[in-house]
Formats: sequence, C-alpha cells, structure tokens
Amino acid sequence: MEFHYHIEGGDFSRAGSASSEVKKILKQLNVDPRVIKRVVVALYEAEVNVVAHAHEGNMTVTLDPGSIEAVVEDKGPGIADIDLAMQEGYSTASPRVREMGFGAGMGLPNIKKNCDRLDIKSVVNAGTTVKMTTFFTG
Amino acid sequence: MTLQEIIDHLDAEAILLRHSPGQEVKHAFAADLMSDVLRLDASEIILITGLANPQVVRTAEMSDITAILFVRDKAVTAEMISLARESGVTLIRCRHSMFKTCGKLYAAGLQPVF
Repeated sequence: MEFHYHIEGGDFSRAGSASSEVKKILKQLNVDPRVIKRVVVALYEAEVNVVAHAHEGNMTVTLDPGSIEAVVEDKGPGIADIDLAMQEGYSTASPRVREMGFGAGMGLPNIKKNCDRLDIKSVVNAGTTVKMTTFFTG
Repeated sequence: MTLQEIIDHLDAEAILLRHSPGQEVKHAFAADLMSDVLRLDASEIILITGLANPQVVRTAEMSDITAILFVRDKAVTAEMISLARESGVTLIRCRHSMFKTCGKLYAAGLQPVF
C-alpha cells in the first residue's frame, strides 16, 4: 500500500495533518502502539521540518507487512552540512518556528532515534529528501 | 491521580473531556518546547504547558499523551479544540503559574516521567 500527502511550507495550522492520517491508518491495521508512536513522531518531526524550512514538500508512505517506509521530499534551501544538522542543538529555525515550540535543533536527531534506517540527501538551494524505514517487529 | 482529581485540585476547567473523568494519569511532564515532548518515550501522561497553539495538540496526538493542562489561563482556540476532539486528547486549563501547578500536582502524588 502506498499513500501520498502534500505538505505546504510555512502553513503551521496544517502541520501534522499528514502524520495524523498515517497514524489513523496504522491504528486501523492494529500495528503495535509503541511502533506507531515511533513512526508518527519521526514523520511529524520531518513534516514540521518541511513546514518550518521549505517552500513545499511531499510525503510518500509505503506499507509492507513487515515495515513502513516514508520518504519526505521538499523543495527548499536544502541542508549545507548534514552532519552538523544531525548534532543536537544545531538549528537554523526562524523566531516564528521557535514560537511554535520547535527549532531547538532536536528534530533530525529525534528522527534518527525513532526509525530503524535513515537516509538524508540534500542539495543546497534545491531541496532535501529524508527516507525513514521502521520495522514492525524485531 | 484521576483527571477529575487533577481538575479539582487545581480548581481547573475541563475544556474538552475525551476521556472519562475517572481516567488514571500516573505521570506528568511540563514543557513549552514541543521538541522536548517529542523525545519522551512515556505515553498516557499529562502535559503541563504554557504554550497554546495547534502544534501542542498535534504533538500530544503523535506522542500518545492523554491530556494537555494549559497554565496561566491561556486562550485555547476553536481550532485547537477541534483538533483535540478529532485526535482524542483531553484539554484542561487552570489559572496558576507553571511552577505552582507543577508544585501542587507533585505534592498531591503525580509522578514525573523521569
């Protein structure tokens, strides 16, 4: 099964709606609630990153019997130094993003914590692709 | 503590009850930084916060948080209530400061997440 969601950059009122839809699907499929939480927290962090930093993005979620793979692609400024962005506390978020309770430089490290495989590719002034895979068992 | 005991203890207002008043909540976490909340492994807790925007409700939804307790009589918008109704999050509000709210609930036996 594959699901697609559009994410609008800068639209904080809608931020989280794609992750919320995925959560509903995983609950309907009776996935372990602990796994659901890991998946949706990683997805939500990635979705908020698109809203906070990019012009727009797309989330593609592929469900297999044993795993969930989510690819979040955005058009935006990209990440110049991915290793630096993975460090806790490093952030380029605007004051507006911080007012919403984010921008503490913990998003990417928290995505890494909550998925089993993480692959980030980015081109400056073009966009970023974050691929997250989580296994349902083991 | 039950949600009702928390409400009574703080003379708080139940803005939206999506659980029974007798629902037990054993642990609490206080933060205005949603990034901190999203790092918690604990579920079914009460989040005490002074931040009032739709992303607080979204964060609670993703983190399997039972209830959000807004301090300092923060304005809770119709959009936030609608999101909470849809995602099954209870909303409570009290007039006390964050520090006083935490102190009162801790003294009453509500446990920290860590």
